[in-house]
Amino acid sequence: MSYLEYNTRRMPAGLAKVLYVNWPLVALLILVASYGVVMLYSVAGGNLHPWAEPQLKRFAFGLVIMFVVAFVPLWLWRSISGLAYAVSVLLLLGVEFFGSVGMGAKRWLELGPLRLQPSELAKVTTIMALAAFYDWLDLKKTSRILWVVLATLIALVPTLLVLRQPDLGTAMLILLGGGVVIFASGVHWGYFAALIATGAGLVTAVLQSRGTEWQILKDYQYRRIDAFLDPTLDPLGAGYHINQSMIALGSGGWSGRGFMEGTQARLNFLPEKHTDFIFTTLAEEFGFVGASSLLILYMMVMGVCLLSALRSTSRFGALLIVGVTGTFFLYFAVNMAMVMGLAPVVGVPLPLVSYGGSAMIVLMVGFGLVQSAHIHRARLPS
Amino acid sequence: MKRTEREKEFSHRVISRRGLLLGGLQLGVAGTLLWKLRDMQLNQAEQFHLLAEENRINLRLLPPVRGLIYDRNGVLLAGNEQNYRVVMKRDDAGDIDLVLARLARLIGLSDEDIERARRDMLRNRPFVPVTVAERLSWDEISSVAANAPALPGVTPEMGLSRYYPLYKDTAHVVGYVGPVSERDLEALEAPDPVLMIPRFQIGKSGVERMQDDVLRGRAGSQRVEVNAVGRVMRELDRVEGTPGGNLHLTIDAKLQNYALERLHGQSAAAVVIDVPTGDILALASGPSFDPNLFVRGISSPDFSALLDNDHRPLVNKTVQGLYPPGSTFKMVTALAALEDAATDGRETVFCPGHMDVAGNRFHCWRRGGHGRVGMVAALSQSCDVYFYEMAQRCGIDKINAMSARLGLGIRYDLPITSVSAGLNPTRDWKRRNRNAEWLIGDTVNASIGQGFVLATPLQLAVMTARLASNKAVLPRLLRDPLERAEREVASLDLRPEWLRLIRRGMFETVNDQRGTAYSSRVVSEGQVMAGKTGTSQVFSITRAEREAGIRRQEDLPWNRRNHALFVDYAPADDPRVAVAIVVEHGMGGSSAAAPIGRDITLAALNGGTVPPLSAYPAPQRNRIRAEQIELEERLRPPEALRVSRA
Repeated sequence: MSYLEYNTRRMPAGLAKVLYVNWPLVALLILVASYGVVMLYSVAGGNLHPWAEPQLKRFAFGLVIMFVVAFVPLWLWRSISGLAYAVSVLLLLGVEFFGSVGMGAKRWLELGPLRLQPSELAKVTTIMALAAFYDWLDLKKTSRILWVVLATLIALVPTLLVLRQPDLGTAMLILLGGGVVIFASGVHWGYFAALIATGAGLVTAVLQSRGTEWQILKDYQYRRIDAFLDPTLDPLGAGYHINQSMIALGSGGWSGRGFMEGTQARLNFLPEKHTDFIFTTLAEEFGFVGASSLLILYMMVMGVCLLSALRSTSRFGALLIVGVTGTFFLYFAVNMAMVMGLAPVVGVPLPLVSYGGSAMIVLMVGFGLVQSAHIHRARLPS
Repeated sequence: MKRTEREKEFSHRVISRRGLLLGGLQLGVAGTLLWKLRDMQLNQAEQFHLLAEENRINLRLLPPVRGLIYDRNGVLLAGNEQNYRVVMKRDDAGDIDLVLARLARLIGLSDEDIERARRDMLRNRPFVPVTVAERLSWDEISSVAANAPALPGVTPEMGLSRYYPLYKDTAHVVGYVGPVSERDLEALEAPDPVLMIPRFQIGKSGVERMQDDVLRGRAGSQRVEVNAVGRVMRELDRVEGTPGGNLHLTIDAKLQNYALERLHGQSAAAVVIDVPTGDILALASGPSFDPNLFVRGISSPDFSALLDNDHRPLVNKTVQGLYPPGSTFKMVTALAALEDAATDGRETVFCPGHMDVAGNRFHCWRRGGHGRVGMVAALSQSCDVYFYEMAQRCGIDKINAMSARLGLGIRYDLPITSVSAGLNPTRDWKRRNRNAEWLIGDTVNASIGQGFVLATPLQLAVMTARLASNKAVLPRLLRDPLERAEREVASLDLRPEWLRLIRRGMFETVNDQRGTAYSSRVVSEGQVMAGKTGTSQVFSITRAEREAGIRRQEDLPWNRRNHALFVDYAPADDPRVAVAIVVEHGMGGSSAAAPIGRDITLAALNGGTVPPLSAYPAPQRNRIRAEQIELEERLRPPEALRVSRA
């Protein structure tokens, strides 16, 4: 959608935009975030510090950002998509050369007092860039090989840069987020069949390369794979996280041990109890009722966004919504699968619930884009 | 790019189709997650819950307080002592070498102690407290507490450990405790989990071992919540254990002390039995040892010294020591002959100093012979030939039967370790063990308690008590504090006229001028005793030695000399105590054992105190007084034997 297409008569403008905000989505996001605040209060032993209060403030800030992003006309976002993408790739390169090391990985870029995690930014900008790309591209050329390769490259560049940090979880999210947009744009099936076959080959290569000179992943990543394949092998070492997580989760039962009664997390059997493993604490304290209700809430967010995408006549907007929600889905699906022992332990937080700044703000920016697409969708003729 | 309406329509259709497809895919994944969640939280919840509890809850055993052991009057024989110790945790200490060095300066640790503590700490998980030093004085523990800031991770603690306030007095009876060993655990069918507590102590010998299940008590438990590294966060609940039961022995600590000191310097045993009940009043085996050494963990030089001592302090000679009873066995032979009607007891036998049986010459201890002797004189003067004759008349089977009836060759069921059955040799025994037929010479040897016959001092005391009471007295070491009435003891059914002869013979042994123990007689009224001496051959003097000029026992090395034995009961007319004494290699029963027997008997009749001089014949009193003064210095002062139980 270009400015020329921007039909002021059919678009809400000014304060009227407030009426067109996707309010059910806002309500759902607040509900999800409140799960996070409650759980962070619990894992801190009934304390707003050190996690619950900052999380609450951050979410409030995130909501403000979301509305700001939402009220900006969609065509403006479309036109700066390429620039945003270029900036985030440059920042990723900056991390590669000037980044500071934390937890054995280079992820942060320190710009004066500001600590930036460009990999988080790249998640949104990659989706924006691809949505804009397909909006620009002639529909007939969508499945032409040259353009498919170009789209793939757009997704692959930030992915590889993040993978080098190394941050397997985020790299995967960027790649799959991009993949969702490419898929939604209508690229021919054959490419995806080929991709899956290639992926299978790559996995084999990764596993086969182990111990050789051209080993692809770091040792700790291989160990995580091992622990995933059989967590009981080394319950105190590599498989510890998954084992403890499964114990805590399973011991929750139907209705859980009760608020603040989760023993496993509070007694530090759970690693990263306030970040990646917060779902375990939820499942332990509120049982199946609490855990499944969060999953259902997430799926409702998905549903509301999908409806919005289906009703959007803007190609850019619809692709943007599908891309952002696809990434959102990957976040919680991978995280939940991880704590249930169905997926390897990769650092993927539970969206809007896990403690953590960058990821939440970036997600809220993403939902801001979704809202913007929703507000500025072309009214269907009534 | 400007799109036509058709293109827009197409784009919308494609995105809708693919979006719905993605949505369906996502719904499928979410469904899988939900299904897995349900499986874990509903179907396997119980299993995971159990795992979580195991993770979180740590059961700790609280060692029970060990039961106390008292003597018959309530004097404490085995107690629990407060024990100050210093424990240290690695994770709190930081630099353990530095802290240990400071601690060593404060309470004087040896390099060995430091090395052991270091090793224990590095071997255990960092939060496990390790005992660095035990049995510290109050001053030492206070200085550790005062310097706490300089000693991170170091905590002064108080525990209980076993101690034996009477030291060596009851070492062989009460025994001692020590740390549980692998062997101890293997010996038990279902070891109490409390035994797994580090440094928990178990009875290793004596009453401590045999009554361990009573004394041990039941462990309490404490459920604590631990975090992932095992640090205790809080106590969930606590079940106090049951302290071990207290035991009351029949031993009289005062008499026991006297008896042991009276044996001083000798390798000897003394047993005192209360005749009406069979209560063992004293069970002294000399030399003894300090059981407290074993509780603390005996040092190897100390232990070697005990092992290498030729007087064998670790052996409880009263129940474990096997001795040929010698002439103390003659009452058995005499009674066997009376029962067999082989003699009426008044008939006399001529003793020329020897007797030839089946081509072998058997000597009487008096080479010149006793002349004509009846049963009473044969007992009091200990004529061997008389018993050679009687044994041949009644035969070994009768002697075996009488021997068993008097309590020899039987293993008494006592709560102490290594109680021996002695040996009452029968024809059958010899066939089975020696693969040879019983010979008449064996009977002749057995008649005077030599040859194969072996008895423990306790058995000799029981025999004497049975002779004195005509009752089937059984020795008893544990007193039931609830038992008020005297025990009913079955009669032995020996004919009174037989026993009159035997008792007359034993009376004259001590109180007739020609009796072998006349010099050990008692003159005070109501305490006169009756007894029998015995001298049993350990090795006979060889021809070569005789030719080398060795004729007397004194010329032999100590360990080849004869054993000296004495049994007695007193008062002679109304027996209350029966006593048996064995002095290893004491050479002569009348010279070495009888005086000890007399003193211990008198002490038993006088409540365990040093006997009054008036009990002794006037000419002996000066010498005995001198002996008593020397003995009194060794005796435990009365305050050490105070009754501690109400």
